[in-house]
Amino acid sequence: MDSKEMTMREALNLALDQALEKDERVFLLGEDIADPGASGPTAGLSTKYGHDRVMDTPISEAAIVGAAIGAAIDGLLPVAEIMIMDFIGIAADQIINNAAKLRFMTAGRTTAPITVRTQVYGGLATGATHSQTLEAWFMHIPGMKVIVPSTPRDGKGLLTSAIFDEDPCLFVETIRLQGQKGPVPTDPDFAIPLGQADVKRPGTDVTLICYGRSVHDALAAAATLQDEHAVSAEVVDLRTLVPLDVDTMVSSVRRTRRAVVVHDAVRFAGPGAEIVATLQAELFGELEAPVERVGARFVPTPAAAALEAQVYPSPARVVQAAQRTLQSAKAGIHG
Amino acid sequence: MTRSAEVQRRIYALMVLMKAADDRLSKGIGTGEFICVYWPSRGQEAIAAAMGISLRRDDQLVTTYRGLHDLIGKGVPLEEIYGEMMGRTLGASRGKGGTMHIANPEAGVMLSTGIVGAGPPVGVGLAMAAKRKGLDRVTVVSFGVGATTTGSFHEAANMAALWDLPVVFVCQNNLYAEMTPTRDTMKLEHVADRAAGYGMPGVRVDGNDPLAVATALDEALNKARHGDGPTFVECVTFRFRGHYFGDRMRYIPKDQLDSALAADPVPRFRAHLLDTGVATDEELTRVEAVAAQQVETALQTVMSADAPSIDELDRDVYATPIRFPV
Repeated sequence: MDSKEMTMREALNLALDQALEKDERVFLLGEDIADPGASGPTAGLSTKYGHDRVMDTPISEAAIVGAAIGAAIDGLLPVAEIMIMDFIGIAADQIINNAAKLRFMTAGRTTAPITVRTQVYGGLATGATHSQTLEAWFMHIPGMKVIVPSTPRDGKGLLTSAIFDEDPCLFVETIRLQGQKGPVPTDPDFAIPLGQADVKRPGTDVTLICYGRSVHDALAAAATLQDEHAVSAEVVDLRTLVPLDVDTMVSSVRRTRRAVVVHDAVRFAGPGAEIVATLQAELFGELEAPVERVGARFVPTPAAAALEAQVYPSPARVVQAAQRTLQSAKAGIHG
Repeated sequence: MTRSAEVQRRIYALMVLMKAADDRLSKGIGTGEFICVYWPSRGQEAIAAAMGISLRRDDQLVTTYRGLHDLIGKGVPLEEIYGEMMGRTLGASRGKGGTMHIANPEAGVMLSTGIVGAGPPVGVGLAMAAKRKGLDRVTVVSFGVGATTTGSFHEAANMAALWDLPVVFVCQNNLYAEMTPTRDTMKLEHVADRAAGYGMPGVRVDGNDPLAVATALDEALNKARHGDGPTFVECVTFRFRGHYFGDRMRYIPKDQLDSALAADPVPRFRAHLLDTGVATDEELTRVEAVAAQQVETALQTVMSADAPSIDELDRDVYATPIRFPV
């Protein structure tokens, strides 16, 4: 498969471009997504496809998602953009009470296969209302699918799947990853099925379970663990939180018997809680140590860079957590 | 605009059916004959009947939990409505959605919302789809006065006007937002005055007069159908049984309720048909008997239908079932 080096932003742009190209039902709507105002993954698309298919909207998050739902009920495949994830609260009623539930409430007579793209701004010193990582909210809603890509390749493949998926999808992008480069298949039919985790680095001693930006912390931690501590860490990138690929996660930890869950969402009641609960239910007795969690501190995101840096996971925190799993009492007993 | 005798009789038949369907629920729940949750529409029949004759089959409707009359007007079979309310397999969604969430896309009922104000944005999207597909279909969004105080309504109204979308906003102003009088929820005297703020026409009609409502609707529908954008139609009416069935209505002054009951749109339109010689008393009595019979038949059919099977819980959550950690 032909592949090209590009940034996450370019990879997402390519996915949107190819979806618009191949299917008339696809259209985009959101704030500042059309040229000349667009600077993110939608840049250039309104010039190519027209403002009818790449629509700038007023600042109206509820109506952006609500209108996407209406169009989807009528058979279209809208991709709505909520510029920054913190704004999703304004659209939450439409996502939670309409998009996620229509299929069930109408026994399949109406469905809303929308894609909501949004972006986590954490790490840019934008403060507490422009930094949040809120995917856990939507994992809690039956009917929603939740996708968080970590690489340009995954971004393109997963976004393509989300757009054409029959269920409503929340697609969470990360501003700090938009400029990162990697190889991306250019084939318009390239898609990554939702619900398949990816082993980003194989290992034998401890499993680092992560998704989105934290995958890069985990990979950096794995390199350090190998180089400085002779510990072989396996990095499992979940890629989608709903569906959750329990099999890949559990079979990795069954081998390594130690796990650390890493995410940028706050640790308390974060996605990691569900993951840890699943691991202990499946692997109780096989684990050598309590499963560790590394997540953001449970504080509103501070603006000052010096403070914000303390809030998020870092490779060093992941290394420390992995070491704790290797030094636990049970591990000690076993030598 | 004058309506043919046939159209006027159809309006009356719809109003009577809506009233009979509501009366039967009231009787059944009130006597303990059956149990279901219900937000009664009794008193608002003229608006829904006017929609019933003014909307085309392919025109779409987004309505609310207080939707019995709207659903009947748009042609949803009574068995589907009652079946859904009572949690039976015959329901529009086999009992999975309930009273507040009835849809029947074949009849053009695309969404019923339980959240006040949630419908207008979806109506905007349906209208966007019609425009994109080059269809001359119109989407009517029906809601109460409470919806107009939500941000969701404001966003949707602005968008619909901005893009000249084929939407008609029908506000069934029954003078209360749940248990609070309209006048305690907004500074404006008339809800229709909100329309000016969006750059769309706002009209106010007697919501107890189906002919007046139909005239306003026809003009709005025609305008929307021809690409001239949305209209806000305020239909002033009253709900006779309060917010939910069982509401003791302590917040409604007795004289207000009495005068509203005296202006009941159903007997009022009946008198109009008799006065203008459109129909005879005998004919209308027959229409009423037919409606009562139709309602009773639907009810008995529903009551003898099964409750949904447990495996419905695993269906329709996702397009293809997803395995979750147990």
